[in-house]
Amino acid sequence: MSKTLVSMNINGKKVEEAVEHRTLLIHFLREQLNLTGAHIGCETGHCGACTVDIDGDSVKSCTHLAVQCEGSDILTVEGLAQNGVLHAVQEGFYKEHGLQCGYCTPGMLVRSYRLLQENPNPTEEEIRIGISGNLCRCTGYQNIVKAVQYAAKKLQETATAAA
Amino acid sequence: MIPPEFEYHAPKTLNDAVALLNQFGEDAKILAGGHSLLPMMKLRFAEPPHLIDLNKIEQLRGIKEEAGMIKIGAMTVESALLNSDLLKEKVSLIPKAVKLIADPQVRNRGTIGGDIAHGDPANDHPAIMMALDATFLLTGPDGERSVKAVDFFHGTYMTDLKENEILTEIHIAPLPANTGTAYFKLKRKTGDWATAAAAIVLQMDGDKVSMVRIGLTNVADTALRATEAENLLMGQALSEELLNKVVDAVTAVCNPAEDLRGDAEYKTAMAGVMTKRALIDAASQIR
Repeated sequence: MSKTLVSMNINGKKVEEAVEHRTLLIHFLREQLNLTGAHIGCETGHCGACTVDIDGDSVKSCTHLAVQCEGSDILTVEGLAQNGVLHAVQEGFYKEHGLQCGYCTPGMLVRSYRLLQENPNPTEEEIRIGISGNLCRCTGYQNIVKAVQYAAKKLQETATAAA
Repeated sequence: MIPPEFEYHAPKTLNDAVALLNQFGEDAKILAGGHSLLPMMKLRFAEPPHLIDLNKIEQLRGIKEEAGMIKIGAMTVESALLNSDLLKEKVSLIPKAVKLIADPQVRNRGTIGGDIAHGDPANDHPAIMMALDATFLLTGPDGERSVKAVDFFHGTYMTDLKENEILTEIHIAPLPANTGTAYFKLKRKTGDWATAAAAIVLQMDGDKVSMVRIGLTNVADTALRATEAENLLMGQALSEELLNKVVDAVTAVCNPAEDLRGDAEYKTAMAGVMTKRALIDAASQIR
């Protein structure tokens, strides 16, 4: 069984581990690093529960090999809150009741975070298209869209205040 | 689900990739975006002993105009196609169609070359490439050769690629201004494959069709070019009567596999509907 030493940055911390070639990024995160935020849903690239950020792109980590991440910068849901303060998207999901069972939430949060980096002031339609790779079976998406709108507003206010 | 064991190779140059592929032959599979291959490996539909990952080969990515042709590297991801100003201006069919392929995350990893070389008739780029009359550049140990899109697809998962060749570049002639383009895709949800889809490139001289190419997705064991339907359109005005004849010519060449998206009769009928709507849409763009 061949293993390769890979190094990457995960949530700002350098990680160096030997991985089996066939280990998927989601299994590497959950089982080798104990970062169990990203969830395993469909395992075939459809549901988006395993979404993480690789080098500034949203990616489904169930369809990506850990060995491919050599030298990458990875953000998981564990990396969103800073110094115990929730990120604006997390606060939005909390304030707007953007979840029920919570299974899709880590993927939704990381995807919403990236969507707002790419498009800080999205329309409702752009939000719905932006999260179209993430399935939620509870909410009907209504409050998720509101949560992203909440976060967009808050991030813009913060940016304006800082300027 | 975990894929079966394999050896992973990440060459940094095309020459190294071709050498590896030539060494391992049918024991190796090329890894592009992985969004078809990795799920197939998890389900044990594919168990290649070696994976050759092309993601580290920078020369295979990018979209450029050179010597009067639009050249797209095979490892260019869908989201790059979607956001390309060059394509929006000169090959508008591609960004329009890519909007209907997969979802944002998958478009960040899925590549145009992988979509084509996989040989799946449900994939969208094969019919789009036929409508654009694209040429594929294939690279093997003895050098390069080129194949027209319409000659590349032999059957489900079967293409003109030899076991030691890699699809490296796609060449498309830029479309003249005032060309109408449309991709109409019936699908059940975001990320689904087409129940049926039609790709159109259309030019008019006054109210008469002066050039038209029609590609069809997922209605046979390969993408199809609907040449009979094109011949009916040439030199004619787009009357309701003619469009209905075109629909008949399109449905006559369809032979889809029944699945959860519908039976053969339904998919065939939908290929006709998508073609008609796409033709009307493409014509409406022409001044």
